Amino acid sequence: MKILQISVFIENQSGRLYEVTNLLGENNINIRALSLADTSDFGILRLIVNDPQKAHTLLKENGFTVGRTEVIAVEVPDKPGGLASVLKVLNENNINVEYMYAFVEMSGDCAVMIFRFDETDKALEVLSKNNIVTIEGAKIYGI
Amino acid sequence: MIWNEEFETLPREALEALQLKRLQNLLERVYANVPFYRHAFDKKGIKPEDIKSLKDLHKLPFTYKQDMRDNYPYGLFAVPREQVVRIHASSGTTGKPTVVGYTRRDVATWAELMARTFTAAGVKKGDVLQNAYGYGLFTGGLGAHYGAELIGASVIPISGGNSAKQVMILKDFGTTAISCTPSYALNLYEVALEEGINLKDLPVRVGVFGAEPWTNAMRKEIEEKWGIDAIDIYGLSEVMGPGVSFECVEAKNGMHINEDHFIAEIIDPETEEPLEYGQVGELVFTTITKEAIPLIRYRTRDITRLIKEPCKCGRTFVRMEKVTGRSDDMLIIRGVNVFPSQIESILVERKGVQPHYQLVVDRVGNLDTLEVQVEVGEDLFSDEIKVLQNIEKSIEKDIKDIIGVSAKVKLVEPKTIQRSEGKAKRVIDKRVLK
Ligand SMILES: [Zn+2]
Repeated sequence: MKILQISVFIENQSGRLYEVTNLLGENNINIRALSLADTSDFGILRLIVNDPQKAHTLLKENGFTVGRTEVIAVEVPDKPGGLASVLKVLNENNINVEYMYAFVEMSGDCAVMIFRFDETDKALEVLSKNNIVTIEGAKIYGI
Repeated sequence: MIWNEEFETLPREALEALQLKRLQNLLERVYANVPFYRHAFDKKGIKPEDIKSLKDLHKLPFTYKQDMRDNYPYGLFAVPREQVVRIHASSGTTGKPTVVGYTRRDVATWAELMARTFTAAGVKKGDVLQNAYGYGLFTGGLGAHYGAELIGASVIPISGGNSAKQVMILKDFGTTAISCTPSYALNLYEVALEEGINLKDLPVRVGVFGAEPWTNAMRKEIEEKWGIDAIDIYGLSEVMGPGVSFECVEAKNGMHINEDHFIAEIIDPETEEPLEYGQVGELVFTTITKEAIPLIRYRTRDITRLIKEPCKCGRTFVRMEKVTGRSDDMLIIRGVNVFPSQIESILVERKGVQPHYQLVVDRVGNLDTLEVQVEVGEDLFSDEIKVLQNIEKSIEKDIKDIIGVSAKVKLVEPKTIQRSEGKAKRVIDKRVLK
């Protein structure tokens, strides 16, 4: 299942991260997962929120450069070697991971990882063939 | 010391008579041989024979850099291309360079002018001159080279860059004179210090610096750090290259214009009317001896004023003050001419890049830096770092390839670039030049 991630361009100046999160909070948008990738000049904030459409519009209206990307939320067994077992499958099938980050909350007994692939559909197919559970949007936004 | 006593100290009256004779000869030549000028003269209803005194000069049409671009590459040549023995070019605003040619006699004239320049700076036969101006299409390297050879100096054609090697040669070759941009001279001082060498302890005695604006404060700094006389020179490739005007070491106050080869005027850039000596305005040159690509009333866009008072060195040529600004938006960065419009066209050609940009020019540790800030719109944005970094790198590469200057591209958030009255402020020049 593909889910929608919001990404925001952030110049590396203190305070901008606060402004984004505060803006979302004031508008009752809950951040479910977050990752900040940065260089010496700029950063890209990636967010999974409970209402991606609303977040997108809101950020855009407030002058941020915003993008939408399809990512996959994968259930990873919460035990030693759990993530490795997932990556092994991807690696064997030549699926390239652009980046990934962890979801704060658990899905039952499993940890949840957000994956960004360059070939999202192919990745989904491989994961499902190998019985690795992906979580659908409606569920992930509400975990 | 004066290289050519006869011409450089010609009484004003004789000099002006010579200028008029050469001007009239020039007008005949361009009217006969350059369709562009014939057309421009006809349009103004003026014939070469209408110019009866130097006071008639203002009747002639101006020539602009755009005219050189419109006639790219050889359209303004006044001699058959076969008589051109050298071709140089300078960067242009649209990626096309401005092309200049030299006949054998032009090359000899240029060498003479640079010989005058070096001699006025105190360089003489027996000196070891390290020529760190860039060699190539840029006129700096070869222009200085021929002049220094003519006076009999031992010329080291090291060209620009490679500072560690420059320092090694300064030390090992017994360099007594250096020519480069003034900011590079300060940079070399730092590099030398890192290598444990104080340039003051070396035999180097004089520096001939040009190709970018600099201040008297910088002169003082260079002179103290290097333990040399630092001399300012001026030139632009369209007119000749280096050697159009030069300071004398006796006065170090204004650059003598080689008036037996160039007629200088100061005009009001707005009204285009000639101004009196001493008034500040745009410098305009007519090249009265050049054969390959003579120019009539060429608009340099450089703002300065002319000093007519006699100089203690004995030269009768008028002096021009240091250039204090531009009547257009050209920037000189590490000796390279940069127009904001050049950067803009590079950005516009890139799909997805909104031309919301700003150039920040600064001087960090003696070297000019150029940062190009580009606002990131949705078309350009990606959730992947490497995509954005590749955009930065490829714009940097285009700027280097097309304009010839190293720049740092920085992606910034939308609307962060200052706007005044809705229009973005394109250039922030933090260099302090007084
Ligand atoms: Zn003088």
